[in-house]
Amino acid sequence: MGVAVSYSGAAHKDLATMLRHRVRLLTIASALCVASLLSITLGTSAAPAAEAYDPWPGLVQDIFNNRPMNDGNDVIGIEMPTRAEDAAIVPVTLRTKLSPGDSRRITAITLVIDENPAPMAAKFTLGPDANVTEISTRVRVNNYTNVHAVAELSDGKLYMAKTYVKASGGCSAPAGKNVEEANSRLGQMRYRQFAKPEQGPATTTREAQIMIGHPNNSGLQMDQVTQLYIPAFFINQLQLWQGDSPVLAMEGGISISEDPNIRFTFVSNGAKQIRAEARDTDGHVFQHEWKVDNPGT
Amino acid sequence: MAHWVAGLALLLTLGASTIARAQERELPVSEVAPGIFVHGGVTALMTRENDGGIANIGFVVGDSAVAVIDSGGSVREGRQLLAAIKRHTDKPIRYVINTHAHPDHSFGNAAFVKDGTSFVGHKRLPRALTARGQFYLDGFRRTMGDALIDEVRIIAPTVLVEDTLKLDLGGRTLALKAWPAAHSDNDLTVLDERTSTLFAGDLVFLNHIPVVDGSLKGWLRALDALAAIPAQRVVPGHGAVSEWPAALADERRYLETLAADVRALVASGKPITAAAERAAASERPRWQLFDDYNARNATAAFSELEWE
Repeated sequence: MGVAVSYSGAAHKDLATMLRHRVRLLTIASALCVASLLSITLGTSAAPAAEAYDPWPGLVQDIFNNRPMNDGNDVIGIEMPTRAEDAAIVPVTLRTKLSPGDSRRITAITLVIDENPAPMAAKFTLGPDANVTEISTRVRVNNYTNVHAVAELSDGKLYMAKTYVKASGGCSAPAGKNVEEANSRLGQMRYRQFAKPEQGPATTTREAQIMIGHPNNSGLQMDQVTQLYIPAFFINQLQLWQGDSPVLAMEGGISISEDPNIRFTFVSNGAKQIRAEARDTDGHVFQHEWKVDNPGT
Repeated sequence: MAHWVAGLALLLTLGASTIARAQERELPVSEVAPGIFVHGGVTALMTRENDGGIANIGFVVGDSAVAVIDSGGSVREGRQLLAAIKRHTDKPIRYVINTHAHPDHSFGNAAFVKDGTSFVGHKRLPRALTARGQFYLDGFRRTMGDALIDEVRIIAPTVLVEDTLKLDLGGRTLALKAWPAAHSDNDLTVLDERTSTLFAGDLVFLNHIPVVDGSLKGWLRALDALAAIPAQRVVPGHGAVSEWPAALADERRYLETLAADVRALVASGKPITAAAERAAASERPRWQLFDDYNARNATAAFSELEWE
């Protein structure tokens, strides 16, 4: 990638290096674009644009305002299947890697699917007292793409990890499979807490899942017949609390799969309720509250 | 010099493709019942080499008109089907029926665009083409190449089937039925009443692993109603023309196994990734293309059944 910068380096010098690098990348990218245009004109086959041009430097600028991007391999893990089996439902797991003794904590994780029409897939904000260490969700993947997880730490720095996913083959598509059913579930919410058999009853670590019925259309598919875009309609805000203490929040959400599903770990504060509020791009607000049988100590 | 060479190359390319079109080879078809012609697709993924010709496609000849049932996986395959039709009959093609939106069944549509020819599909087919068309064009360009994909047009049906519809080909009636979400959310079956031949589209798979792109529960529910269709033989979407309804047995076993395995994973609190690895693993030796589709079927099934 080349934009990774060491933790301890002088910020200004690193920024200058990174900018130089970015300019160079952009120049190479422009040259490649011209080359592929030429080869299309001449009727020879061009390499797919996705392989020739790396959008990441531009995304760092657009999404992260060009803030320095540190190597996050010791901070954040991102797991996805090598191949998107179903383009509409590609599982992704984000895992914090900070050691328990680290004084820093992750405050937010941004998920970027570089080659999707709207790359900023979602931003997760981690509750200050919830100690969320793992988040799994499902996303739509349109193309062969790098997927980046960018963690923001309490020291204000950004740390990046990435993986690569091949688009699915066959008749799979990022669009919905059963539109009627998705619409009929609109706004339904479910919460489930999973038993962790390997942990004794004394532990306060919980694994849970929130599901929200929603078509979650990205609005980025063009109708081939009318040449118009299908309107966007997705959950763009989700907040979860235990009692009054925030556990996890999500903003964005354009590439999250139909029926958004987030599975996560957190540390119980003993509250007897879990509360969720979701909003979609049409202004609907969905709220739900669940009693927790075994909230912990 | 360079210009001259490029110009010559262009001329040669254009010339070659024009000749290819004029003398498009005929798709091999067999007459599985009087007036019912079928081309069997290869059991494979759509590629440049196979022209996307992986689905079973065919046509029915009535006394006054012809109906095409699925147009193939490329306009080239569609043109070859057209050439085969012309050799067997000079009656006009009045209908092109798409059994659903998937590209192996509909990418050949452009070969049949003509005054007097109507495209027929499930009432939800236009919406599926709208939401998926561009993605299919982009995606299959990678595996099939520019030459095949450049000429594909997404053509939506103008005759929509709400529930059932009968098409008259002159002394021969086709009974069309639009199904609730099963293989996809826009599956259509076509029954030729004269010969009791059922074109099932991808509601029926043999040999080629079934692909779940609609609703697993819906598909399981549809099986009994499908079995009750008074047909003697079925032209499945993939696999050999077979006796009806015995042809449903393998597919039923696969879908039931998949559902049972996924339900067990959901009940025990396993994540969706476990389904891709484990569900329906016992079915692996029984199907071709298992590794290409089972994990995605399991993923789709999990996201559906976890709402039960």
